[in-house]
Amino acid sequence: MSASAPSVFSPAAKAMAEKLGLQMGRANLDVFAATLEELARGNPQVVAVTSDSRGSGKLAPFSKALPRQIVEVGIAEQNLVGITAGLAACGKKPFAVSPSCFLTARALEQIKNDVCYSDVPAVLVGISAGVSYGALGATHHSLHDLAALRAINNLTIVAPADNFESREAVRFAAAATRPVFLRFGKAPMYDLHAPGSRFEAGQAITLREGREVAFIATGETVIHALLAAARLAERGRAARVLSLHTIKPLDTEAVLKVGRECRAVITVEEHMVHGGLGEACAAALMEAGVSRPFRIVGIPDEETVTGSQADIFRHYGISMEGLSELAVSILTVS
Amino acid sequence: MTDLELQIKGIRLRRRLLETIHEAGAGHTGGGLSCLDILNVLYQRVLNVSPETIASPARDRYLQSKGHSVEALYVVLADRGFFPESDLATLGRYRSPYVGHPTRHIAGIEMNTGALGHGLPISIGMALAGAMDGTGYRVFILLGDGELAEGSNWEAAMAAAHHQLDNLTAIIDHNALQITGPTREVMNNAPLDEKWRAFGWAVRTVDGHDYAALTAVLTEPAEPRKPRCVIANTVKGKGVSFMENAARWHHGVPSAAELHQALAELEAAEARLKEIP
Repeated sequence: MSASAPSVFSPAAKAMAEKLGLQMGRANLDVFAATLEELARGNPQVVAVTSDSRGSGKLAPFSKALPRQIVEVGIAEQNLVGITAGLAACGKKPFAVSPSCFLTARALEQIKNDVCYSDVPAVLVGISAGVSYGALGATHHSLHDLAALRAINNLTIVAPADNFESREAVRFAAAATRPVFLRFGKAPMYDLHAPGSRFEAGQAITLREGREVAFIATGETVIHALLAAARLAERGRAARVLSLHTIKPLDTEAVLKVGRECRAVITVEEHMVHGGLGEACAAALMEAGVSRPFRIVGIPDEETVTGSQADIFRHYGISMEGLSELAVSILTVS
Repeated sequence: MTDLELQIKGIRLRRRLLETIHEAGAGHTGGGLSCLDILNVLYQRVLNVSPETIASPARDRYLQSKGHSVEALYVVLADRGFFPESDLATLGRYRSPYVGHPTRHIAGIEMNTGALGHGLPISIGMALAGAMDGTGYRVFILLGDGELAEGSNWEAAMAAAHHQLDNLTAIIDHNALQITGPTREVMNNAPLDEKWRAFGWAVRTVDGHDYAALTAVLTEPAEPRKPRCVIANTVKGKGVSFMENAARWHHGVPSAAELHQALAELEAAEARLKEIP
């Protein structure tokens, strides 16, 4: 997909972002690549491992600057993850970089056994995740990755929302002594965090306070929830927004706090509605006996509508407009 | 230790393997007996690793991709003193770390293996790390021949040659039988030597029960910039007449009577070897 791909932000959403003073940043994937290079310059044990994916992973500059710290395995994702596990077992800090659709499906058994069960400090980087590849079609979508990976023991799963969270997540992963999965999209993202914000893996970040409805969102859907909350505010509705960047381990405390304090809860993810953020939050709330009007926004269990990422988001209501309308309808009924 | 002494040790380890599997009530008997001599040579004569050096970054690495033959590895590691032999009695028991495939919970085991087709890619990562750091260690991996139907092996075979990993040796336990029957009938992989050579490996073929020949091949210097494949022709169930070349002993567990007969055969074999001047 070219840089001229249709924007996931409608003109009204862009206007709202401007009103909120949000600056458009780079693609999270670009921030990942730049941060990794910076870390690798300071630590020769940091290695990128690619499956003919250095271009799509924005690692061409890395490979030129640090040719001894990049390993090419060819178009072979099982090999990619196995080799990465072997590197990690022998003192390297490898980042396996591959489109999430292939990395987390083709090589799922290698992730389960070679990385997580063997407990090596490898980082798996699912790039162009969710429906980033848009019109390339469902072969290239990864709407299963969070569900599949959540079911595997010993893996921290992080889906950063913006450039700040991306940079911090890469730094966290580089320092981690156990397996980590990072999930990135490739569209430019607005910066959501004020300077001096803190990022801790496993701890949700509250971006906006409010008690009528709460959006718990993850990854690159967080911005849409934030814009929806701003739109709701203009209509006199106070919406809370959480960036739940770490899918696992889930910040159960933060989810329960939202459930106890807000009248309704809407989760938002660029993932199938099964097995991802929404169901994780639902389980946490139910197990604690917290019952609220609750909706999971994501891609439903059907053959995904065709079109660009922007088309798909709009179609399924992952947008300022869709999310704010859903919130109003829930609050009206309840 | 002479070849003869090592061969006698191999017979004793076979007895321990059979007793262990009989006690546990489960295990992979046939493949364990086919690869046992290879492991015995590796741990006694080839690998630069011991209980004292198991944490050393410079140690040689051994991976067992055919993880189901873990009982053979357990008895060899116990014999080398990585853990007490009495631990073997806990195989398969509640909360025992000794499960039916290798895990890093056991001293001397590098990675958790057992899903077939996983070992070779991991061994490449290990060999690459050693080559990048100039550490000088070598990586040895044992593959099953039935396992070679897993396509990931061939992704890895290509990658090892591409990266010129002459610190890597893959040994194929070529017993020509798998759970369903003869490998050539289940999924024919012949000609193995030509396949590996075509993928860019240095290939050696050896009798996998001949201690002198195994030692010679496994201690031979590497061909520069080429990974090495050693095709070890073996007999599934080797050493026990009624287990040899019988697919049903893939994971057959000897009854008390069968164990008794097997041990008697092995004791007789040991006695015969001891008569050799």
